Amino acid sequence: MRVQFLWWEGCPSHPEAWQRLHDVLAGLDVHAEVERIEIKTDDDAERWRFPGSPTILIDGQDIAPQAEPVYRLTCRLYFREDGRPSPLPSEATIRRAVQQALARCQDQV
Amino acid sequence: MLEIGQKGPGFALPGVDGQTYDLEHLLTAHRAVVVIFSCNHCPYVRAWEGRMMQLQDDYRAQGVALVAINANDAVRYPDDNFDAMKARAREMNFNFPYLRDDSQDTARQYGATHTPHGFLLDSSGTLRYRGAIDDNYDDPDAVQHHYLRDALDSVLAGETPTHQTSGAVGCTIKWVG
Repeated sequence: MRVQFLWWEGCPSHPEAWQRLHDVLAGLDVHAEVERIEIKTDDDAERWRFPGSPTILIDGQDIAPQAEPVYRLTCRLYFREDGRPSPLPSEATIRRAVQQALARCQDQV
Repeated sequence: MLEIGQKGPGFALPGVDGQTYDLEHLLTAHRAVVVIFSCNHCPYVRAWEGRMMQLQDDYRAQGVALVAINANDAVRYPDDNFDAMKARAREMNFNFPYLRDDSQDTARQYGATHTPHGFLLDSSGTLRYRGAIDDNYDDPDAVQHHYLRDALDSVLAGETPTHQTSGAVGCTIKWVG
């Protein structure tokens, strides 16, 4: 499983998101190396298809895909399971994406 | 940055309701004015927005006015332009004026750095509190320090707020250039 953590220093949510990602991986007993990628410019944002900080990709797929993403340096808006807005992906969102990736790996075996 | 005890710089800014809001008039008509630099796109603002509305509801009868000012660069962040602000205010049914600071002069004069970033002025226009709304953007039920509410209670009681400043948490203001 390939995990990439894309972040922009202008948004303060990345340390908590980074910790949350690692907590979920540990909780699922997944030993994946997480590639940490800093997005510094609008060009970086376009190249990495970065809709805001933080963005987590698992096997190249966004854990919370957006219908019409705009790629730029900004904080990213997520929604919790109860519908409340948040600057962080919820643990449930991260866990679901990891479990789906694990299932895809199983299918390929 | 505007310091505690200094006078809040005046402004006259257009609101999404078609009116122009002048700080001097707001101060004349209210016992305290809360100025919150805000915007449309920031998830921290979205997380605190409901609490901003609740605060205005809870303190209106005590003579408190809350105004939100969006100074973000609307070219690079078109979801913060005036039309988008009008749409957001309609969607949320904002109970406070939502103002556009196109020149970004007001944000600079106050030294606002983030959205949301709150400034509490007493009836003389003196800054009495500056910083975050409270200490937990993610969970209203887990708030330990209601900074802005506590400061309002103090000011309305004629006392000095226990916390006069706190660190603003949120998105950086998107400056032009």
